[in-house]
Amino acid sequence: MDISLQSIEYRYQANTPFERLAIKDVSIEIPTGTYMALIGHTGSGKSTVLQHLNALLLPTEGTVVIGDHKVKAKQKNKNLRQIRQKVGIVFQFPEHQLFEETVEKDIIFGPMNFGVSEADAKERARLALQQVGLSKEILEKSPFDLSGGQMRRVAIAGVLAMEPDCLVLDEPTAGLDPRGRKEIMDMFYSLHKERNLSTILVTHSMEDAAKYADQIVIMQQGHVVKQGTPIEIFSSVSELVEMGLDVPEVVRFQRSIEEKLGVKLGATYLSIEELSSAVTELLRGAPV
Amino acid sequence: MMEKMIIGRYVPAESLVHRMDPRSKLIIIFLFVCVIFLANNFFTYALIGIYTFLMLGLSRIPFRFLYAGLKPVLWLVLFTLLLQVFFTKEGSLLYEFGPIKIYEEGVRQGIFISMRFFFLILMTSLLTLTTTPIEITDGLETLLNPLKKVRFPVHEMALMMSISLRFIPTLMQETDKIMKAQIARGVEFSSGPVKERIKAVIPLLIPLFVSSFKRAEELAIAMEARGYRGGEGRTKYRLLSWKLADTLQLLILAILTILLILLRS
Amino acid sequence: MRDSIVSLKNVSFQYENQPSYALQDVSFDIHEGEWLAIVGHNGSGKSTTAKLLNGLQFPQNGEIIVCGIKLTEESIWEIRKKLGMVFQNPDNQFVGTTVQDDVAFGLENHGIPRDDMILRVEDSLKKVKMDHFLNQEPHHLSGGQKQRVAIAGVLALRPSIIILDEATSMLDPKGRGEVLETVRTLKEEKSLTVISITHDLEEAAKADRIIVMNQGKVYREGSPEEIFSMDDELIHLGLDIPFSIKMSNAFREKGIDLSKHYLSEEELVNELWTFRSKV
Repeated sequence: MDISLQSIEYRYQANTPFERLAIKDVSIEIPTGTYMALIGHTGSGKSTVLQHLNALLLPTEGTVVIGDHKVKAKQKNKNLRQIRQKVGIVFQFPEHQLFEETVEKDIIFGPMNFGVSEADAKERARLALQQVGLSKEILEKSPFDLSGGQMRRVAIAGVLAMEPDCLVLDEPTAGLDPRGRKEIMDMFYSLHKERNLSTILVTHSMEDAAKYADQIVIMQQGHVVKQGTPIEIFSSVSELVEMGLDVPEVVRFQRSIEEKLGVKLGATYLSIEELSSAVTELLRGAPV
Repeated sequence: MMEKMIIGRYVPAESLVHRMDPRSKLIIIFLFVCVIFLANNFFTYALIGIYTFLMLGLSRIPFRFLYAGLKPVLWLVLFTLLLQVFFTKEGSLLYEFGPIKIYEEGVRQGIFISMRFFFLILMTSLLTLTTTPIEITDGLETLLNPLKKVRFPVHEMALMMSISLRFIPTLMQETDKIMKAQIARGVEFSSGPVKERIKAVIPLLIPLFVSSFKRAEELAIAMEARGYRGGEGRTKYRLLSWKLADTLQLLILAILTILLILLRS
Repeated sequence: MRDSIVSLKNVSFQYENQPSYALQDVSFDIHEGEWLAIVGHNGSGKSTTAKLLNGLQFPQNGEIIVCGIKLTEESIWEIRKKLGMVFQNPDNQFVGTTVQDDVAFGLENHGIPRDDMILRVEDSLKKVKMDHFLNQEPHHLSGGQKQRVAIAGVLALRPSIIILDEATSMLDPKGRGEVLETVRTLKEEKSLTVISITHDLEEAAKADRIIVMNQGKVYREGSPEEIFSMDDELIHLGLDIPFSIKMSNAFREKGIDLSKHYLSEEELVNELWTFRSKV
């Protein structure tokens, strides 16, 4: 499902003295199957953009196209529910949205709201639980008896069970330990590949952006300031540093090696494997 | 509409009323509520009116702002007026149209009662407009201090009030977040039949309760870690200072009271 | 060996209604003036350790001595003055309605006279660079700013030890940087002892010493260099290894002979430079 944001603008509390411009003239194209990382400081407008992807916020200017649906500013927009069914959002700390008596009931809540039959929804729940790496035994447990990490996974399963075509992830691993973080990120990535989803990851982690995304969008003060493939983005390190953003460790390391050895490697490497090979080659092949 | 409501809101400004001690403001409001019942004729109501507007003027709260904020309440005042006018059946008959009979006493009562209501609203709004909630809490705590002797938990009550004040915005943000998460899962909060809408509140309320309990628990731990063990032996950072202006204000109210007693019929 | 400022002796602790011990026979010392990182995955017992240290929970077995005082129901208030804690969630430890009220909260609890309080509030907010926000309300602050206020609150009580209980885990990289930088400067200025409970290995890499916890026990104890030479073992424990280790491992696999196991990024770059001059 293709998504396209066409010069959208959003003002909070429009037409009141408290009006505040959150994003302006934001245009982003997300073709089917794209894994896009959305990066920016807190307050850069990235969470405002995120909420447009699911019609939780409607633009005050511009148009949002989500699959066959168009959401235009200043128009009555119907069928928002159909959009929400297609786009699943995993919010930050999604475990805060759990409320049902059992894990199963909580997972089938979303699908059933969108008219999936109970039997089908339960089937989906089983599958989703497996995807997030939990066993079926916990289906009958109360979500509030689970550990923090398990609750997070159940909440994610609740979104997956809606079988969306597009997944929007808002810092889905915040607060998890390194193992949990890696497991969840890998899970989303394999799901992305298997189901040919469009995935939009809002993150502070340049490592994750470099590792998983094939498109990166950088936002600052409500504007898109840079857009491109990870290689393109991370090739101009100084720009990122100027914006006060991090650079992936591999890129940073490549820079310090290049400075120290006084050579350019000719390309930007994003994985430890690639960089170490390139440097090794350089060390062996080119005596001083 | 809620954005324009000013009841219970604090408006920062530099004014004599803003700088007054919250205790004196609380006492004045309390006494004003009693004294206003002394008024029973044109002169006394005029006095009360002059006093109220004088205080408003001193507070430097823009009138336009007050008007916009109090508009919804003005309807209530008008309603009180009409209620009195139509349902009081004393004094000489002034006007008759079919079943509607308006009596002199009704008009009199109506005007007076709605005026009284109006002035009360203005004065109490003035308190919240010029005093931060935490100042009101501090003021109340000090004023109620004597009640400690009868084991009334004054300190605990004040602490509860200030923590609630502190967490209101946090909970508002949280509500918004959970609402959005549930809308994304297909809940409709603002449309559909009433029964459905009531049901839709559950996925909002339960997570809010759960997170509030968790917050309360963590907050209690943090407070303990920072050495909190009840009101005993605690010192206070916020100091209330009773100034000359406070005494003068009380004096003015005393003069008003005397005048009211002299002028009432 | 420096003086030990905290010592745990055979400490065991079990939460109510839990089948297994959260901490089992844990003993270690914390030295005065060091930066100690306690790492472990979620549920390894590291946060329980923090809670025991200032008497928020009491061990069923063993004893804890803080600044020469044995931790008991009676001594906790004395100890809490010496040992300040910053918790994970920035919102749930902010008690005051404004920044200055929040810093004052701990001082009020300990009955500090008002004149002294005013000085301390101002002083500690200056130390964490939040002195321009005296009357700001918490919901207008970022997570990092709230945590710095929490640090000021701790600092105002002039403690000897400060515990960061996953204090940076809910912050964005900018906030995390600000908080760690603040603590680092303070540690130098006031010769504080810092205990940082974390699962961020990059943060731990900068500590003087690391304790790895697993399943309620001390799994390993040592300098960052010693701990990071555990390599894959750390990953099995649900943790991660710092980037420079991963990088040097990759070079070693490709036949580049590095002099020692643990190298900081800078050391690694230098090492590669030497390697090149040798060829």
